[in-house]
Amino acid sequence: MKKKATASVPNSVPETICRTTEFVQEHTGWMLRTATGIVVDRQIAEDVVQESFVKVFEKSDQFSGIAPLRRWMHRIVVNQALMALRKHKRTQQREAHASGPEFNEDGCRLEDKWSNLETPETILRSSQNRDQVLAAISALPEKYRLVVLLRDIEELPTSETALILEITEANVKVRLHRARSNLKSILEPLLRGNS
Amino acid sequence: MALLSSRLRLKIKALIFRLPGMITCAEFDRFIVDYFEGELSDAELRTFERHMAVCRECREYLAAYRASMALVRDASAQATDVDLTDPPEDLIAAIVAARNRNKNGLS
Repeated sequence: MKKKATASVPNSVPETICRTTEFVQEHTGWMLRTATGIVVDRQIAEDVVQESFVKVFEKSDQFSGIAPLRRWMHRIVVNQALMALRKHKRTQQREAHASGPEFNEDGCRLEDKWSNLETPETILRSSQNRDQVLAAISALPEKYRLVVLLRDIEELPTSETALILEITEANVKVRLHRARSNLKSILEPLLRGNS
Repeated sequence: MALLSSRLRLKIKALIFRLPGMITCAEFDRFIVDYFEGELSDAELRTFERHMAVCRECREYLAAYRASMALVRDASAQATDVDLTDPPEDLIAAIVAARNRNKNGLS
């Protein structure tokens, strides 16, 4: 999303094998990451990336050139991944058992004192910690996982997330808060530096 | 003192939150998403910040919530970098081969 695409869709004639390879090489990495985030299963994600490239090549004449290329391709991957997700309907494996914010009867927050709060940089010096964070995202219940992926990781606006997930913007915000609170509680040992 | 304080503190806080212009932690919680989106009105933002000034729990909760969001984003960005520096060659080869088959009308 952030990196600007340098190679355009190689749809013009003469298109060389070399250009196709270069184009596919440039985009496969981030597409695979986006797809994996949504469908979780790596093999399904690879299929999604393949299907997405087929769509990109098929529809390259529809690419207006006004929107950034990568943004246009990103929509295609997200849609393909969501379709795959519906098709494969994950058997809900070990979903995280997490709690949201807690309040007492007066509406006062119950929160253990934070004597230490580690920074993401410190935590992510260990690749094991990184994997733990990624696993926490994957283990979220699907309706929370998708919202946090689209909003906080893929950085889509609320309005677009609502359209893609076919829910209201208010609902996107409610789920987003729920998802973030859950993640905060799951990641608390890492954040407190006592994992 | 410490034992006394935790229950008593919450009771005193509950009283403070009933003062005019104040909100409870549960109400504060409902502002959090809009706060990060920068969508609070000036009046709402003042109310939000006034609550934070007197509430240690919400202040720390928000700091941890923010750090957790950053952690999730940064961990995902790192994972993308791994995929970018080590793209699966066989997948790339399969996509290119399929593309060339299509172009040549073989499939």
